[in-house]
Amino acid sequence: MSMKCDVVVVGAGPGGSMAAKAAAQAGLRVTLLEKRQEIGDPVRCAEGVGKRALSQIVKPEPEWIAAEVKGARIYAPDGTSIVMSEDKGGAEVGYVLERKVFDRGLAMEAARAGAKVMVKTRAIGLLKKDGAPCGVSAMRIGEPLEIEAPIVIGADGVESKVGRWAGIDTTLKLKDIETCAQFLVTDTRVDDQYCEFFLGNGIAPGGYVWSFPKGEKLANVGLGILGSRSKPGEATRLLKEFMKSHFPNGKVLEMVVGADPCSGPIESTTADGVMLVGDAARQTDPLTGGGILTAMQSGIIAGEVAAKAVSSGDVSKEGLKEYEDRWRADIGKSLARSYEFKEFFVKLTDEDLNQLIGSLNKEDIAKMDLRGMLRVLFRLNPRLLWELRHLVV
Amino acid sequence: MLTVNRYKCCYCGACVGVCPTCSLELVETFIEVSADCKECGICTKICPVGALEVKA
Ligand SMILES: Cc1cc2nc3c(=O)[nH]c(=O)nc-3n(C[C@H](O)[C@H](O)[C@H](O)COP(=O)(O)OP(=O)(O)OC[C@H]3O[C@@H](n4cnc5c(N)ncnc54)[C@H](O)[C@@H]3O)c2cc1C
Ligand code: SF4
Ligand code: SF4
Repeated sequence: MSMKCDVVVVGAGPGGSMAAKAAAQAGLRVTLLEKRQEIGDPVRCAEGVGKRALSQIVKPEPEWIAAEVKGARIYAPDGTSIVMSEDKGGAEVGYVLERKVFDRGLAMEAARAGAKVMVKTRAIGLLKKDGAPCGVSAMRIGEPLEIEAPIVIGADGVESKVGRWAGIDTTLKLKDIETCAQFLVTDTRVDDQYCEFFLGNGIAPGGYVWSFPKGEKLANVGLGILGSRSKPGEATRLLKEFMKSHFPNGKVLEMVVGADPCSGPIESTTADGVMLVGDAARQTDPLTGGGILTAMQSGIIAGEVAAKAVSSGDVSKEGLKEYEDRWRADIGKSLARSYEFKEFFVKLTDEDLNQLIGSLNKEDIAKMDLRGMLRVLFRLNPRLLWELRHLVV
Repeated sequence: MLTVNRYKCCYCGACVGVCPTCSLELVETFIEVSADCKECGICTKICPVGALEVKA
């Protein structure tokens, strides 16, 4: 079977759905492909997202939100902790979402804007004319399907192939990916008010453990470790260890595994007729692993640029340059900065982490944002943080 | 040979993202290995549940 449209979006995660919605709103004929039979399931996420930042992109529906938190509490390896208030804690703190409902909600918004949504439909390659991409070939419920379109938006997540098909090497090095395991846990020990972060090379080498509350003593308890420090099954093994020490009576209701790109901005996210968004473009925050909002932001830009390119008739890499420029201006700088922090953070010993968090103990940081806190950290620990001085000013 | 323990795999796609030869494909709930696999073992290290193994 074959069909035609103006833009094919591969992947109905937050990035793909926002791209499809923006392109449809701009009047394009949009097809949104999702290989899974159920959008958003199984989840690969801790579901934390900044309140204000999300509301600036979409109107949050009450059913998307499992819980609201007051802030973040960060634990050093020695157990010392500091607290940051919700509005300062960065892009991952504020709401804890129900991603299964949220992802489907965003796909519904794309559908209502006019996009055609096709589930259980997997892109398997790019169609090419004179060497340039002109759509995708797919498998739809086991049957081949060709979709011709001048523009393909690759929103196909950590396992993205669209970029690689178009000649953009998005392969992640082990040092640039966090491998994660998470349990949905019910336990009286769950803190319903705060997103908790636990640091330490023993519990999560090159990453951290999190507990994100979902209401009534329920929480996503998970961890990410740096790929270069992982071995087969290590993420799950470490999570079970953490459960023994922190939630010994916790009951596990769901298991989640996955991986987060932490490569920082890659060289190119466009090719002739192709744009990459979200995890596919490796736009996840390398330090925190947060990628919901960045995927949505870049998705919207890609949808808007697609509309302009289709109407101008120039869908070449050059014609799609506006996408590259706009996402780099919006989120590129902060992703690059986060990458430098991550490269530094993964080298810290437990003693360093204890010193840094301990040094904040007597400071009033509750109302500080990350930048402000870094400035204080730098003042108190100049020698340890010397490498980062250019980021702190 | 690279083997996938289908009873362990949680179909998360982590292995697909790191394979330098693009030999893996996540088809909804199972991993396919193509003939291009060089048995380098990179994917086995990233698997959060230890479902992948390079066997002699
Ligand atoms: C354990 C874990 C915890 C995380 N916690 C957070 C957090 O707390 N906050 C946060 O902001 N971010 C978090 N992230 C990151 C966040 O989940 C991702 O950055 C976000 O989902 C990226 O959205 P996306 O739309 O780019 O990709 P995805 O949400 O991964 O969507 C990609 C979609 O494309 C589909 N697809 C792939 N290939 C094809 C194909 N060939 N054909 C058709 N469809 C295809 C997939 O099935 C999938 O539905 C976490 C990630 C992990 C792994
Ligand atoms: S990394 Fe492991 S669990 Fe994830 S899809 Fe690959 S084999 Fe399955
Ligand atoms: S062993 Fe190496 S080449 Fe084979 S699938 Fe794994 S990462 Fe790819």
